[in-house]
Amino acid sequence: MSAYISLSYLDLAGASVFLILNAVFSYALRLNLERQLLFSSLRMVVQLLMVGLVLKAVFAASSAIVTLLIAVAMIMFAGREVWARQERRLSGIWGYGLGAGSMMFAGTIITVCALVTQIEPEPWWTPQFALPLFGMVLGNTMTGVSLGLDTLHGAVYRERTAIEAQLLLGRTRWEAVLPCVRRSLRSGFTPIINAMAATGVVSLPGMMTGQILSGVDPQEAVKYQILIMFLIGGATGLGVLGAVFASIWRLTDHRHRIRLDRMRASST
Amino acid sequence: MLEIAELETRHVGPITVDVAGGECVAVQGPSGAGKSLLFRAIADLDPNTGDVRLNGKSREEMPACDWRRQVSFVPAETGWWADRVGDHFDASGDVEGLLEAVELEDALNWEVSRLSTGERHRLGIVRALQVKPAALLLDEPTASLDARMTDVVEGLIKQQLAAGVCVLIVTHDPEQAGRIADRSVKMIGGRLQSETGAAR
Repeated sequence: MSAYISLSYLDLAGASVFLILNAVFSYALRLNLERQLLFSSLRMVVQLLMVGLVLKAVFAASSAIVTLLIAVAMIMFAGREVWARQERRLSGIWGYGLGAGSMMFAGTIITVCALVTQIEPEPWWTPQFALPLFGMVLGNTMTGVSLGLDTLHGAVYRERTAIEAQLLLGRTRWEAVLPCVRRSLRSGFTPIINAMAATGVVSLPGMMTGQILSGVDPQEAVKYQILIMFLIGGATGLGVLGAVFASIWRLTDHRHRIRLDRMRASST
Repeated sequence: MLEIAELETRHVGPITVDVAGGECVAVQGPSGAGKSLLFRAIADLDPNTGDVRLNGKSREEMPACDWRRQVSFVPAETGWWADRVGDHFDASGDVEGLLEAVELEDALNWEVSRLSTGERHRLGIVRALQVKPAALLLDEPTASLDARMTDVVEGLIKQQLAAGVCVLIVTHDPEQAGRIADRSVKMIGGRLQSETGAAR
């Protein structure tokens, strides 16, 4: 295999030329996208440079407590993203806690299992392995959970008359919301199902590409990618299932009523 | 007998009213008075306090699903969750006779999206009667029906009354209250204001 080729900051600046060209087109064509393009790319650069510095320090510290704190911070940010991406969300602490809790549950179980039984670094929480793995699992679970919850809350709100019609015929809350649950689970699972179907044929995943560019043997990179896809799929499934069923439990009560008073529209 | 005592939700009550078996009580009052909310509370669709009993048995003593089968509420806006009309009816239930009574005997194979408002209303009533309830809560059951279909539905209600079912009906039509109700109660600002003895 070829050796790892180190990139200079000048190389990165060169790669940004085409993005800047897009901003110029946007300005010339009055698309009003240039500010967003430049702002989001600058934000990405700052975030990644910061994360590079943080990870370097965390890896050097090699402390279980610091690794745990970083993982908790990641969950809190992911919870905020899930909360913000819902047009209608549970009111109060439930709106934030339910998404963050289900991601924490699914992401932690899957990541810890993979670290302890498959990757087996010594110690198992070694931050070089634990944090990137947790980040990938959490990022994808976040997308699934936010799509699932957004679909569920929208469907329950729009179809409350149909749900209550079933309750009035003596059906249970679980029977009455089943069509909405099915739709939201499908919505939450679709990104990972699509990603698995397209991987290797339509797209080469970022992690695998990164490893190959770093000089790792493609077959080894592929093995890691398969492991990651299984973990992401498992965590997304668990996270979406947990979040959707917990949300239904909160949106109904023991007398089999729909409690729309426990949900509110996003103000943004 | 349906006994409602001190029933209260965030927006209506406290309300106390009894409906005997085979008796029809009309609930009248201006729009926004809380008539539909009262029916929702009796059907236990909204959080509420108070004592509601059917034939002496408290609502709290039975599962909510059983309660709603025995005290059947037909809202002003009927809900549909499948594409085909027939999918909204219990296959084991005796539905043919009821559909014939409301002149919709072929409706089971129809698409819900092609139903008129009046057809939806009539089918909503049939759906509620199919479970053979002991009490019926009807929210403006003939609001979107022509005179002939109003007669048909009123005939169906009278059949239920003859069978001993307790009926509470919201109507804005004093003549209809006079035709089918044994008495009327008036609701204003979420409370029952007065009782009149409209005779059938």
